Amino acid sequence: MYTYDHFDRQIVSQRVAQFRDQTLRYLDGKITDEQFLPLRLQNGLYIQRLAPMMRIAVPYGTLNATQLRKLAHITRKYDKGYAHISTRQNVQLNWPKLEEVPDILAELLEVEMHAVQTSGNCIRNTTADQFSGVAADEVEDARPYCEIIRQWSTFHPEFAFLPRKFKIAVCGSESDRAAIMMHDIGLQIVHDADGNTAFKVFVGGGLGRTPVIGSLIHESLEPKHLLTYLEAILRVYNQLGRRDNKFKARIKILVRAMGADTFKAEVEKEWAHIKDGELSLTTDEINRAKSFFVPPNYAALPQQDMQALALESADFARWLQHNTHEHKVSGYRIVTLALKTVGVAPGDITAEQFEAVADLSERYGFGEIRSTHQQNLVLPDVKQADLFALWKELVELEVASPTVGTLNDIICCPGGDFCSLANAKSIPIAEAIQRRFDDIDYVYDLGEIELNISGCMNACGHHHIGNIGILGVDKKGQEFYQVSLGGSQGLDASLGSILGPSFAQTEVPDVIEKVLETYVNLRQPEERFLDTFRRVGIDPFKERAYA
Amino acid sequence: MPNIIKDQQICDDNWQVWRDAETLPETGGYIVPLALWQSNKDALKALGDVAVFLASDESPKALGADIAEFELIAVDFPKFADGRGFSYGRELREQFAYKGELRAIGDFMRDQLYFLSRCGFNSFALENSDIEESLASFKDFSESYQPSIDQRLPLFRRR
Repeated sequence: MYTYDHFDRQIVSQRVAQFRDQTLRYLDGKITDEQFLPLRLQNGLYIQRLAPMMRIAVPYGTLNATQLRKLAHITRKYDKGYAHISTRQNVQLNWPKLEEVPDILAELLEVEMHAVQTSGNCIRNTTADQFSGVAADEVEDARPYCEIIRQWSTFHPEFAFLPRKFKIAVCGSESDRAAIMMHDIGLQIVHDADGNTAFKVFVGGGLGRTPVIGSLIHESLEPKHLLTYLEAILRVYNQLGRRDNKFKARIKILVRAMGADTFKAEVEKEWAHIKDGELSLTTDEINRAKSFFVPPNYAALPQQDMQALALESADFARWLQHNTHEHKVSGYRIVTLALKTVGVAPGDITAEQFEAVADLSERYGFGEIRSTHQQNLVLPDVKQADLFALWKELVELEVASPTVGTLNDIICCPGGDFCSLANAKSIPIAEAIQRRFDDIDYVYDLGEIELNISGCMNACGHHHIGNIGILGVDKKGQEFYQVSLGGSQGLDASLGSILGPSFAQTEVPDVIEKVLETYVNLRQPEERFLDTFRRVGIDPFKERAYA
Repeated sequence: MPNIIKDQQICDDNWQVWRDAETLPETGGYIVPLALWQSNKDALKALGDVAVFLASDESPKALGADIAEFELIAVDFPKFADGRGFSYGRELREQFAYKGELRAIGDFMRDQLYFLSRCGFNSFALENSDIEESLASFKDFSESYQPSIDQRLPLFRRR
């Protein structure tokens, strides 16, 4: 993975000093609340319902064992011994103290981590496919380009006060595991007919209260133009994006208002001024970035027979099927650790688990860990021959729930229990659903289903792109839940359709059960929930849910 | 006489901001709105020294060839969170090759000085922070990843 040189270390170190000074001036009354707001947000610090919430950046979801141990230490020393993996692959602390945040940042710097631009109206942490570099269906590793974008966007002087937040995602595989169509900018790495690398550039996707799928504005962008083209997009947005209404300030609104073609023409005009300028990427720089992501020292191993492995035990077989993925190197497998224990908020992880996962990543890999936007962790390089031994350890650690990609792999924001923006709680809804569908064979029979819960229309739980989406709404001071069906991420992304009037909290598990029964009754052999929904439409579900 | 920061030094300054877009001032020495300039160029020039400011929704493109006429152009920040002016600064310097004084006026804050100066601003009529203490903020960082007015090469071409 990327390692800092003296430039990176100095820049992040000066950031820590800058924020320490800003915090002191704020506590001294020299900075107003209003002025301090963007300063603290751009250092990941929210003031929340119960305490500040701090969001630590995990650039494109890549972590190492040393960093996990540091996170464990931080949660113990400054928090309550646990943290939360967010839907943007970041790590959140729920209970830090404002005056201790500069110390936390200083500790993070020791392991080359930071909280830069994890919130605020700026370019946020760039996200990527959690299987980058190891996925069997990979065209090209997204991480070197993510790192190039990370450096360009870090403290970009022109784009620190945008109309609204700005999120970039990069996908280098055939199947999109980074939800690139739902980002302000989505980049898909492709190889052209001659085998040259290029980017498809999508712009103006997003969730929130106006969900939109991104528009393709460049079919085949050469890597050397990556930063100048991004800079042109941002410059158009910074000048023309709406600032009069925060709900209409995202780039998706601008692109829709102008039309994607007109927006593209404006970008091309700006681009003409800077294309081929100093910001053009050099081959040396691309190679430098790639040098940090060369494949580790894989052993030459034969491919194991997965069906034979599965004979070890029925529980292991289930886990093998659902929680592991094909690796691009023979004899290896990608393992997903499910942070979805019933009764624990989805994505929550304790200090002890952090440390145990750090140890496992060294014993069963090269000391690398990934965080996923489904709020799980990944060990990317596990020898197939070690899978059974690893599984037994994961069971002990309670991160082996064999439900990745199923109904019970719920994606969920912190919701009204923690977040001051939320209209409704989301964690108890997740738990109620997990408890209702505790029959694992039924869950497997349902097959691949994404269920996403957001506690408000800011959509941190990405409910619009859940096959089943649940959104908390406020009705005259009461918490209600709106259900939508048919959303999906990926390159054939779609936005969910609203089932109908919202439901009380206690009704939600019943409604989900009715929706699933409808699916089971109507599905054709091998048909996924999403496919059935696309074939039959929302009406049969609506009839059953409101019968 | 109010102090401003110019080229990272505190200095006296005679310019005053004239915000009335309808009426002409009686003397020179004012930084006037773009609209007032556009409709009264000769009258304003006859008064003596004149400068212009861009509101946050006025791109430098609107000034066009007039840019060369000014020794001072200002950009107004109605709220510090309104970051359009950062792009205007770079545009003036990089696309219009403006070489004169570029001043930030309005509600910007001390903690934006570093970024503003990297976007081409070299003078600052800072209203809401202690001006002496604020000088420290120009040194928030000693190195940056991106190219800027004072460092034409991005870090990746120098490391």
